[in-house]
Amino acid sequence: MSKNLRTTNNKFIDQTSRISFKFDGKKLYGFKGDTLASALLANNIHLVGRSFKYHRPRGIMTCGSEEPNAILQVGNDPSMTEPNTRATEIEIYEGLEASSQNCWPSVNFDLGAVNNFFSPLIPAAFYYKTFMWPANFWKLYEYFIRKSAGLGKSPTEPDKDIYDQRYLHCDVLIVGGGISGIMAAKTAAKNNLNTVLIDDKNTLGGTTIFQENECYKINNLYSNKWLKKEIETLKSFKNLTIKTRTSLAAYHNYNYLLARENLTDHLDLNEKKDKIRQRLWKIRSKKVIIATGAMERPLIFNNNDRPGIILSSSIKKYIDYYGVKCGQKVSLFTNNDSAYETAISLNNSGVTVNSIVDIRDKTNSLIVKEVDKLGIKIHWKSSVVNTNGYKKINSIEIMKLSDDGAAVVGKKIKVECDCLGISGGWTPRVHLFTQSGGKLKFRIEDNVFLPDKSKLDQISIGSCNGDFELDEVIKNSVYLTNKFLEINNNDYENLEIISSKEINKKNIWLLPSDKPLGKTKPFLDFQNDSTANDIKLALREGFKSIEHVKRYTTTGMATDQGKLSNMHALGIIAETAGVKMGELGTTTFRPPYTPLTFGAIVGRNVGKFFDITRKTPMHDWHVENKAKFENVGQWKRAWYYPKDNENMYEAVQRESKAARDSSGILDASTLGKIDIQGSDASEFLNRVYTNAWSKLEIGKCRYGLMLNEDGMVYDDGVTTRLSENHYLMTTTTGGAANVLSKLEDYLQTEWPELDVYLTSVTDHYGTVSICGPNSKKILSKVIPDLVLSDEEFPHMSFKNALIDNIKCRVMRISFTGELSYEINIQSSYVKSVWEKCIDAGKEFDITPYGTETMHLLRAEKGFIITGQDTDGTMTPVDLQMDWIISKKKYDFIGKRSLYRSDTIREDRKQLVGLLTEDPKEILEEGAQIVAETNKKPIEMIGHVTSSYFSPNLNKSIALAVVKNGKKLKGQKMFVPMKDKTINVTITDTVFLDKENKRLNA
Amino acid sequence: MFLINCPYCGERDQSEFSSGGEAHIVRPKQPTELSDDQWAEYLFMRKNIKGVQFERWNHTHGCRKWFNVVRDTSNDIIHAVYKMGEKPPVK
Repeated sequence: MSKNLRTTNNKFIDQTSRISFKFDGKKLYGFKGDTLASALLANNIHLVGRSFKYHRPRGIMTCGSEEPNAILQVGNDPSMTEPNTRATEIEIYEGLEASSQNCWPSVNFDLGAVNNFFSPLIPAAFYYKTFMWPANFWKLYEYFIRKSAGLGKSPTEPDKDIYDQRYLHCDVLIVGGGISGIMAAKTAAKNNLNTVLIDDKNTLGGTTIFQENECYKINNLYSNKWLKKEIETLKSFKNLTIKTRTSLAAYHNYNYLLARENLTDHLDLNEKKDKIRQRLWKIRSKKVIIATGAMERPLIFNNNDRPGIILSSSIKKYIDYYGVKCGQKVSLFTNNDSAYETAISLNNSGVTVNSIVDIRDKTNSLIVKEVDKLGIKIHWKSSVVNTNGYKKINSIEIMKLSDDGAAVVGKKIKVECDCLGISGGWTPRVHLFTQSGGKLKFRIEDNVFLPDKSKLDQISIGSCNGDFELDEVIKNSVYLTNKFLEINNNDYENLEIISSKEINKKNIWLLPSDKPLGKTKPFLDFQNDSTANDIKLALREGFKSIEHVKRYTTTGMATDQGKLSNMHALGIIAETAGVKMGELGTTTFRPPYTPLTFGAIVGRNVGKFFDITRKTPMHDWHVENKAKFENVGQWKRAWYYPKDNENMYEAVQRESKAARDSSGILDASTLGKIDIQGSDASEFLNRVYTNAWSKLEIGKCRYGLMLNEDGMVYDDGVTTRLSENHYLMTTTTGGAANVLSKLEDYLQTEWPELDVYLTSVTDHYGTVSICGPNSKKILSKVIPDLVLSDEEFPHMSFKNALIDNIKCRVMRISFTGELSYEINIQSSYVKSVWEKCIDAGKEFDITPYGTETMHLLRAEKGFIITGQDTDGTMTPVDLQMDWIISKKKYDFIGKRSLYRSDTIREDRKQLVGLLTEDPKEILEEGAQIVAETNKKPIEMIGHVTSSYFSPNLNKSIALAVVKNGKKLKGQKMFVPMKDKTINVTITDTVFLDKENKRLNA
Repeated sequence: MFLINCPYCGERDQSEFSSGGEAHIVRPKQPTELSDDQWAEYLFMRKNIKGVQFERWNHTHGCRKWFNVVRDTSNDIIHAVYKMGEKPPVK
């Protein structure tokens, strides 16, 4: 570290604690408390990156979140490297590694810089204009543009860091721990309000905490000393929570705010391990006080982007807070008084300030007089017209401004310097205020947008509310806070305040040069490389809206979101177009205020916590028996059970054959189950299903189809009448939650007069389904007492039974077309019943089968699966299920829609069966169906919805929806595939056992 | 993210609720007697007001009750909350 760039008398940096870090591979040293930027500057490193478009050398320009240039890649671990981090916000730690972005091969020698020489050829929107044609060349262009675009590199492996989220509720939230925020926090806390104060820096106090200047005193103390004592007093309040290193990201409606707290980013590499890196606070506050301060503006002049050109207030912070000299020979360029504070600070630390260039006429404020006393040369009514030095500024050129400020006149003076501080006045940080829906007003005297109307319970105080002088800040913050909190805190009455008052204000958005505009480089958006010339070009090309100019020139669209550039862009647009700035408005400030990590956004919801996984009670059995699983909604369902080295096809063929030849067993626990009770339960079912329910006998089951009010099939399932006023409804696995919600909706809002109660019992009961010709024999072994004769226990009926004294319900229903029983029993007993059935079935070679076999078996029978064979556009008539629509019922959900002009169209898509000409050929689900292949364009008349090779029929079968399909039975159709066309014939949907003999086999 | 004062549970975060669209659209008692146009009016036509709107909300992750909300869609201010079947407050 160049020793002569550090002062020794610094209070905020621990100069006894040296820290080593790496920048671009080179080992450097800093001190505890340094930011990466202050440590680099202390090592005399200004050049840290290359600009986006022209690859111009760029240096550290600010000391905060508005930094446009010092955007670095931090860390080189492939799982934790982070691109686009601001060197001004990273606190250094032992082991930190950072590198420059957007340069190759290195930041010092960047081949892309050749763009700078071609810059006259690369105006605003160059890419849009140039790569438009020929259109089919885009693929080629894109490759090169993508290569040259982008800043840092994303991590390539999953993030190993831990992130967290928490809720926080409070009476008052104060955002910003500067002087106004601290006074507000103390006022609120003192009055017993549950108060939270957050600040994005590691110490409280804002810029006042390092303001040790004769011109700014409170009660005869330097303002920093006074504030320090105030901060000390905050510790005694138990009802005040202070969170530093916490950045407010978003301010939403109803005072809902998101703040990101950095917990380990500043810790040494070995201390970070196993700790939560960042926590996202979800804050709901009754009242919000915004005290976010203001940002210094740059000045827009020719070549204002060289390394070594730094915001004046940042130079002040580097010297006063970090004890770092940004240069040895500093010039300042300003349009306001604040650069004079910097001059005094630099002078106090022994840094030569060789000139101040001020665009104003001579002014005599307190602080200017102080600087005058130091003998620093001030060039009044002058402007910097050019700067020199490629990788670091080495001189500036100064000329007098004309009376109207539109031109420069007279002789050019050259002043040598190794750093230029610039100050273009202040911009209140109103981002959070506008994010929350607040409207801004424009103050003409100093060209600032200020908070105006808000519908939320909030105020802005301090410099974010347009108070820039110490005495105003204190007076107005105290008044506003007291009024807002409806209390009267007199702690801050009768303070004796010394505060220099700015007398003279002047602003020129685009400073003139001795060269014509086209020959200069006045940068506006430093990160995206847009100049004032680009803005003017956009206006000449006819863009008027600020939002359009922004997008066309990309001004304000970089990772800093134009924090530094937006005001000047607005100013130049207003000036050029001849409109008032207040009328032009601003572009929208969107959250987050500073970039948020994805880690903080997702918090703990990663990996297995991303979504709920639901498992059936016999899940472990499936795992032990090598089942493959498929996801059905949140459920894990056994998909198939491969034996030996079987693939899925082979396993499914074997399972399907076994289920029809002897017996199969299926875990059907995931089907939705809704318990329906009440004296109007039958009437309710009548209204929600298409068929009639009043006459269903107790102990019988019935299949029902549920429609939406638009007549389209919504869900299906079997419902059992357990007793007079008690039904058990089953739904599809995926539809269970939605069906319950829909039924609840009708009950609560349309039919509150019905006496019906719905309870979801999906998780309370598990279901074991046994099917096949031997299922009766197996069941009789499991429940010997149950009479299973067809007379006593026919198809579509149910019996209560006991298995080892545990109550269960047995339904004789079938989704496979085979003789089939479903045992429903309390979840905790399901696994043992399942194993009992497997044991009992051993002699019949009982075969467990998964969802894939279930799908195949039902397709052989032409049973639909809602959601697979239907897609929300199919009526029961389209499904050729006219039989299920009751003609007698006056009304049910969706009935009226079944004869709307659209639903009675004959050429709707209808469900049909498909057989391939070659029985071995299996169609692809989703494949398109056409009637002829010659006429172009070929009309698609339908698509395949289900397709399998049926081992029981020894041929390929498929279900499909085809336009006017009902009338096309027997017709030949074509399924064009990538490499061939498959010939198919439209058939009936039932392929196997049309007479339903197997149900009673 | 706004707060909704559920008439059964009290003030809760919006994330606990789901919106059910426009309120006070009554399902016709005799659908079969309606023309296609009349039925379509009930089935499809919904207002999309910028300003004060009457809406149905469900406390999905709470008591699961449906109720009505009077909300200004331009700024999400909720003017009133009332139970199903209750008369809407006069503007």
